[in-house]
Amino acid sequence: MSQSNDLIPPRPAPQSANGILGRIQALAAQGPSHLILSVISYAAMAAMIWLILRWAISPTWTAGSLAECREILQGQHGKACWGVINERWSQLLIGFYPKAEFWRPALAFVLLGLAIFAMLRVNARAMERKLAVIPFVLTPYLLWGGPIWSWVVLFGAACLLLVMNKLLRSTNAKADFAIRIAFIGAAVWLAMNISDALPPSLKDLGLEPVKSREFGGFLLSFLIGLSAILFSLPMGVALALGRTSKLPLLRVVSTGFIEFIRGVPLITLLFIASTLLNIFLPPGTNFDIIVRVIIMVTLFASAYIAEIVRGALAAVPKGQTEGAASLGLNYWQTQRLIILPQALKISIPGIVSTFIAVFKDTTLVSIIGLLDPLGLANNIRADSAWTGIVWEIYGFAALIFFIFCFAMSQYSMWLERQLQTGHR
Amino acid sequence: MTMNSTPTESPDAFRVSQLLSDTRYRAKTLQTIAGVLIMLFLGWLAANTLSNLNTLGKPLSFSFLGDKAGYDINQRLIPYTAEDTHLRAALTGLMNTLVVAVLGCLTATILGLFIGIARLSPNAGLARLARVYVEIFRNVPLLLWLLLIFALLTETLPAPDAFRGEDPSATLIFSDSVAVTNRGVFVPSISFNQPRFGWLLLGLIAGLSVLAGLLRSAAKRHQSKTGRPVALGLPILATWALSLMALVYWAGPTVSYPELRGFNFRDGIHLRTSLVALWLALALYTAAFIAEIVRAGITAVNKGQKEAAAALGLRGGQTMRLVVLPQALRVIIPPLISNYLNLTKNSSLAIAVGYMDLTGTLMGITLNQTGRELETVLLGMSFYLAVSISISLVLNWYNARVQLRER
Repeated sequence: MSQSNDLIPPRPAPQSANGILGRIQALAAQGPSHLILSVISYAAMAAMIWLILRWAISPTWTAGSLAECREILQGQHGKACWGVINERWSQLLIGFYPKAEFWRPALAFVLLGLAIFAMLRVNARAMERKLAVIPFVLTPYLLWGGPIWSWVVLFGAACLLLVMNKLLRSTNAKADFAIRIAFIGAAVWLAMNISDALPPSLKDLGLEPVKSREFGGFLLSFLIGLSAILFSLPMGVALALGRTSKLPLLRVVSTGFIEFIRGVPLITLLFIASTLLNIFLPPGTNFDIIVRVIIMVTLFASAYIAEIVRGALAAVPKGQTEGAASLGLNYWQTQRLIILPQALKISIPGIVSTFIAVFKDTTLVSIIGLLDPLGLANNIRADSAWTGIVWEIYGFAALIFFIFCFAMSQYSMWLERQLQTGHR
Repeated sequence: MTMNSTPTESPDAFRVSQLLSDTRYRAKTLQTIAGVLIMLFLGWLAANTLSNLNTLGKPLSFSFLGDKAGYDINQRLIPYTAEDTHLRAALTGLMNTLVVAVLGCLTATILGLFIGIARLSPNAGLARLARVYVEIFRNVPLLLWLLLIFALLTETLPAPDAFRGEDPSATLIFSDSVAVTNRGVFVPSISFNQPRFGWLLLGLIAGLSVLAGLLRSAAKRHQSKTGRPVALGLPILATWALSLMALVYWAGPTVSYPELRGFNFRDGIHLRTSLVALWLALALYTAAFIAEIVRAGITAVNKGQKEAAAALGLRGGQTMRLVVLPQALRVIIPPLISNYLNLTKNSSLAIAVGYMDLTGTLMGITLNQTGRELETVLLGMSFYLAVSISISLVLNWYNARVQLRER
């Protein structure tokens, strides 16, 4: 028995897959077909970027029409004509909203963005969530303007309500609730009647009023998208609770509504907004087309949100309901304190995706004649100075949509990872 | 009103407050109240609607469907002229909706499948390219794609006129058979001398399918008995190809190529720019979503399955085809079908480029000509609703079937 002490020769160290050289080596090791595929893919991406750059770098910013652009470019093809963006960018952003008041929508949406960010944060503090309500109250005033007094009353009332929630809390929940309802009622009454009580010199104090039909461009898209998502959240939660309720009537009504809305295209709902909504309401009712559109888009979004919340409700373990029942909580307490906080947390990514979808779907309002970015694009392309422009306008709109939707989808994916509490 | 609906078998004296405080009655009380409120609300809407319609002088009636439509539809799969009724116009539009929906679903599925698989490719370049595609198409509204593609097709493609003359600036592609113009794409059409060609073709397809099925099951039996697979793919493909070619040859095909006559191309099949733009936009946009579904489905398959397949010596393509995809399909199909549904609903954007689908005919021109907003929109909605309900029934059936097979 001879025991060999010979060691087998050591294997070569594994190739580094890091760094450019390592990656190339790893690629080469995968075989020629992979290499060719990689080369083709990267070449395609490089070609795309080169084409875009070549098109975009074009000294036509000051041109006043497509003909002038052609003059500047002197026969070079495949170049952008930026004059149209220079001339119309503010229109694409805010439509026919007075240019001098540009700061108002800008401020409103910056504040709203901060508020939404604060609200959707996973570990937002309660105070942050409460402060985040302020921009939502402020935005309508900033956008529409008009005498300031009613808004001051409403805003003050909202702040008082917050303080009341903090300090004034008795043991009788019903009485508390009644007091708050009465308070809100009084505030609304005061807001509606305050202008009559004021001297004429003070009456019209405030921002310059802007009419809804002057709204347009991305301002309109954001306004419709944001209001729809805001109002559809509570409605969607209610529908989801209805659909999972034990009461058959509620279940049937909620299911019917959800399936009806999800079964028809948004455009048919917008037709209802543009032609039919007035027929359903008492004779003589006539209100703003933007409000009508917001109502229909809200109904549309709420059905989709309801389905997401329903999925999240199903994902909350049954033991939670049973635990709540064993603590003696009633249905509403169980939902409000135990089930919904967990379900809503799970459904945040889905809600963000719905928001992206609704934001993209707001472009459909151009079909019923509202001047969203696409409606304006049609207008601009119909202008004799800019007939023949395609990429510049649509590219500009697409870029803005892309930035917002992509950011939101990345954010929702990040949230999904943050919320993952499973063992992995 | 609530008294009637509550059972009165309670032995104790019944108090009205029990209706709300007693859990035996509360559900029923609440539902009765809710039911009455809902009925009142719906009744209020209906009453408003009827009185408004009467004031406008057009009470609810569908008789306009029998009237002469008086407008032309440029793409028709069923015979239709301006002399036909509004109902026929709506049907023509419906056929157009179905055409673009089927074309879009097919193209989007094929494209989405490839892109979804490419996103998971070990090849970083390919995966990145696929991701760029998905992100670009998913994050920009469909309507924008549609308008952009339509504008590009009409603005940048050559007019039919450019194909004329000794030295034309544009030429037909695919050996002079396909003309891509700004008025649409013209492709050759095939007609057959045999009058019953369609039926014969259907019969042949059915026969060949049955034959292929029989052969497959025989091959499977052989494989489970001996462990050796029988290579059937090529023979079956060859049989299909040969018999179809034989049938076509026997039936005497006449191919008519598009030809420039007058101001436009004649003969052949004319795919209008609106159809091409809608088709492309729907397919490219939905493909991005389908790619994500495919990717999610494939990722959902346990990694051990792939490793086991590799241990059995299956190659990459085989692993995908025989092991991963069949399991991934269970995850993929439900959202895939709901995307088909979305595509069908999205095809209503046709109205933005003037494609005459159901929205363009019934809820577009017919609505404007007759002023029957309520009736046309109701009819249009019920069509989409019917499609979506039938598809969700199919989906429920499929889910139930798949669920049974689960361990």
